[in-house]
Amino acid sequence: MPVAMPQSDAGVLARRAEIVAALERIVPGEGVIASDEAMRPYESDGLTAYRQLPMVVVLPETTEQVAAVLAYCHRQGVRVVPRGAGTSLSGGALPLGDGVLLGMAKFNRIRAIDFANRVAVVEPGVTNLAVSNAVAHAGFYYAPDPSSQIACTIGGNVAENSGGVHCLKYGVTTNNVLGCELVLMTGEIVRLGGAHLDAAGYDLLGVVTGSEGLLGVVTEVTVRILKKPESARAALIGFTASEDGGECVARIIAAGIIPGGMEMMDRPAIHAVEEFVHAGYPLDVEALLIVELDGPRPEVDHLLERVHEIAQQCGAVFYRASTSEEERLLFWAGRKAAFPAVGRISPDYYCMDGTIPRAKLPFVLQRMNELSVQYGLRVANVFHAGDGNLHPLILYDANKPGELDRAEAFGSDILRLCVEVGGVLTGEHGVGVEKRDLMPVMFSEADLNQQQRLKCAFDDQGLLNPGKMFPTLHRCAELGRMHVHAGRVAFPDLPRF
Amino acid sequence: MSENLKPRDHAEVEEAIRWALAGDKTLEVVGRGSKRGIGRFAQWDATLDLSGLSGITLCEPAELVLSAKAGTPLTEIEATVAANGQELAFEPMDYGPLLGTTAGIGTIGGALSANLSGPRRIKAGAARDHFLGTKAVSGRGETFKAGGRVVKNVTGYDLCKLLAGSWGTLAALTEVTIKTLPRAETEQTVLLLKLDDRAAGKAMAAVMGSVADISAAAHVPAAAAARIADVGAAGGAVTAFRLEGVAPSVVHRKAALETLIAPFGALGILGEAPSRALWRAVRDVLPFAASGPAGVCVVWRISTAPSRGAEVGVALAERTQAEILYDWAGGLIWAALPSSDDAGARLVRPLVAAAGGHATLIRAPAAVRAKVDVFTPEPAELAALTKRVRESFDPRGVLNAGRMWAGV
Repeated sequence: MPVAMPQSDAGVLARRAEIVAALERIVPGEGVIASDEAMRPYESDGLTAYRQLPMVVVLPETTEQVAAVLAYCHRQGVRVVPRGAGTSLSGGALPLGDGVLLGMAKFNRIRAIDFANRVAVVEPGVTNLAVSNAVAHAGFYYAPDPSSQIACTIGGNVAENSGGVHCLKYGVTTNNVLGCELVLMTGEIVRLGGAHLDAAGYDLLGVVTGSEGLLGVVTEVTVRILKKPESARAALIGFTASEDGGECVARIIAAGIIPGGMEMMDRPAIHAVEEFVHAGYPLDVEALLIVELDGPRPEVDHLLERVHEIAQQCGAVFYRASTSEEERLLFWAGRKAAFPAVGRISPDYYCMDGTIPRAKLPFVLQRMNELSVQYGLRVANVFHAGDGNLHPLILYDANKPGELDRAEAFGSDILRLCVEVGGVLTGEHGVGVEKRDLMPVMFSEADLNQQQRLKCAFDDQGLLNPGKMFPTLHRCAELGRMHVHAGRVAFPDLPRF
Repeated sequence: MSENLKPRDHAEVEEAIRWALAGDKTLEVVGRGSKRGIGRFAQWDATLDLSGLSGITLCEPAELVLSAKAGTPLTEIEATVAANGQELAFEPMDYGPLLGTTAGIGTIGGALSANLSGPRRIKAGAARDHFLGTKAVSGRGETFKAGGRVVKNVTGYDLCKLLAGSWGTLAALTEVTIKTLPRAETEQTVLLLKLDDRAAGKAMAAVMGSVADISAAAHVPAAAAARIADVGAAGGAVTAFRLEGVAPSVVHRKAALETLIAPFGALGILGEAPSRALWRAVRDVLPFAASGPAGVCVVWRISTAPSRGAEVGVALAERTQAEILYDWAGGLIWAALPSSDDAGARLVRPLVAAAGGHATLIRAPAAVRAKVDVFTPEPAELAALTKRVRESFDPRGVLNAGRMWAGV
């Protein structure tokens, strides 16, 4: 389905050769890619339904080069789209035909590991898993673990505020980064935070995290590393009704237990996974929970026993606790293979990412089943049950005319439903181009205008990743205008003393 | 004579800010005034008192969320979540005793605007990490909302992070949603006795790098320790480690912790009640309370890399006879310095700059805060960005104008 992107600037395109030459002077060697064939790998990210060749790809290696590229583009009025590993599921790195694609892949070094302060200083192109691997020898790890962690980069994680299966207990990216070096669209370089815990002034790092590459380009990140828990055990718990599974999750939390991970799958997902992985999942249940406790062994055993009691009270028909590390990993192997497993039973699938208040789960699942019938498309659900983050997978066949459009319409309805019940459009995948036009479902024009004014404070010409997150682009001057109702001074009803 | 506007609801907050805009007036934004003495000394034309916006509007422990009007007292919120076996895991400190204002009067809006936290900061984060959503009125007099009421959300910019710690300079919060978490079943504190600051720093680093999974680590040098009831009797410095959780876990980790730190010195132990009292004293910096012997001192709050804490604290103590209290495994330093015309800024600022981090002059007479930077001055590019961010919410500088820096 075509998505409206900002209209290409014919003036910029006319100067393409000149712009490419200027960029080649800034990033010499093989750092500038301008041929269509060589740019092809950059035309799309993890949201493959959308493709667009950029005007030119630049792969800088130093902060100074990034600053020079951005300063040049700022002077020349050229748009820039930053890109990490290109694993975004919301089209956050979708190129612009008249824009520079700024690939950060060459920023792939770990600059410092500081065990005394429990931080690592890494370049943004380092993969998420590489951070954990670099500190594993000392028993440390980096907590956020998005499912793409083998490929996705820390820079992208900061841009999207990525989560993962352990974030209920350990937080998402924003709770695990302490500092960054940020290059603004003007080429100015600022440092935010450091190895200390809290911000000196405004928490700009907090708002840059999750800003989807619209506020600046991160060239270095300081992340917290944590000591690995001593042990972990997982339990598989099956229910004949999703309501019972939801109730079990609520009671676990009400009992004061915050599991390291708490995942739920519905029947279609369970079947797809079990046929693929043979993880020992029960096939005669409507909902399957994986509850993982981590920490010292006495704590894990103690809490798992409580979880078992709660599961029984909630009518669980299947319960199996892992008794070895191999078994625990097998339980997870199923969940982790959920997307490819669904990929086996359908030519294509579309992964959604809304968050809902957990109590609304039975209602949302029921409505989703009705929508599934209405659209004539199957849906399988995997669910970060602890924090209400739902990942419906809509099954479709892109080769059948109209099915992709139907899948997208179905997906939009699901996200509207999430907002309707008090939830949000995206829990961890970001807005990007995918959910951009749904933003008004959740935010008023005034809400979005305030967000865009903040954007103007960082990028006054709207050159950095335009067309993402906001459905309507406004000029900064227009957004900044004030309409004060002069002369209204009397407020007889407002108490004063 | 400045006016005091006391809106009763969100619409009246909007009305008050529009009134200020129309009359070109500045507003001091306050909840119940517990932190009024913090910030650059500035004068405002009128006070926007948000204490009339009070009450919990949503409490769903199973969803881990609570919403309240911004002026709701923290004590009311804490009592409500405690009744559900939960707590505000960021352990917001009460500035009342340190500043000499009434204890226990802070509001949730104030806690978020000042990004409060406590000893559990090292494990559970600060207010920013638990601030899920808000409804607010910008300095443009416009209502906006940000975030949501679910614990996981990346829809749009995370404006809550920006509002946390903005000291009311961007918007007047009217309603907020925060994350609530289960309260630990039990706690104990293991003490190391009579260590000097540097040795304490090393001990804290060793524990932080272990699987003891402590929820607080502080070092209280002798002078400050003498003013805390349950540890004063030890007759010297105490380095304290808090273990929280279910009983079997606390017992297990306590044994491991004691084995780990025994080589550093003599050990002590605090059971549940004295442990709570100690951490309350550390949280609220009671040894430096305005009513106590250190009440005549100015107080700095220094945030640095934990491994650099002792060097900063020791340098301050040696050069000024400052009294020091270390929290966050050394990453948070409270320094009570003898009163002087610059509150010691000429010494504090370069020391902290060299160690990395920042320093805030929390307690000092208004005359000192009028001429000494209260917040750490920012480099030019960052200061310019800060100012643009401020102006994106409040272009006329109506709300708490000049409270953080001149013009911000």
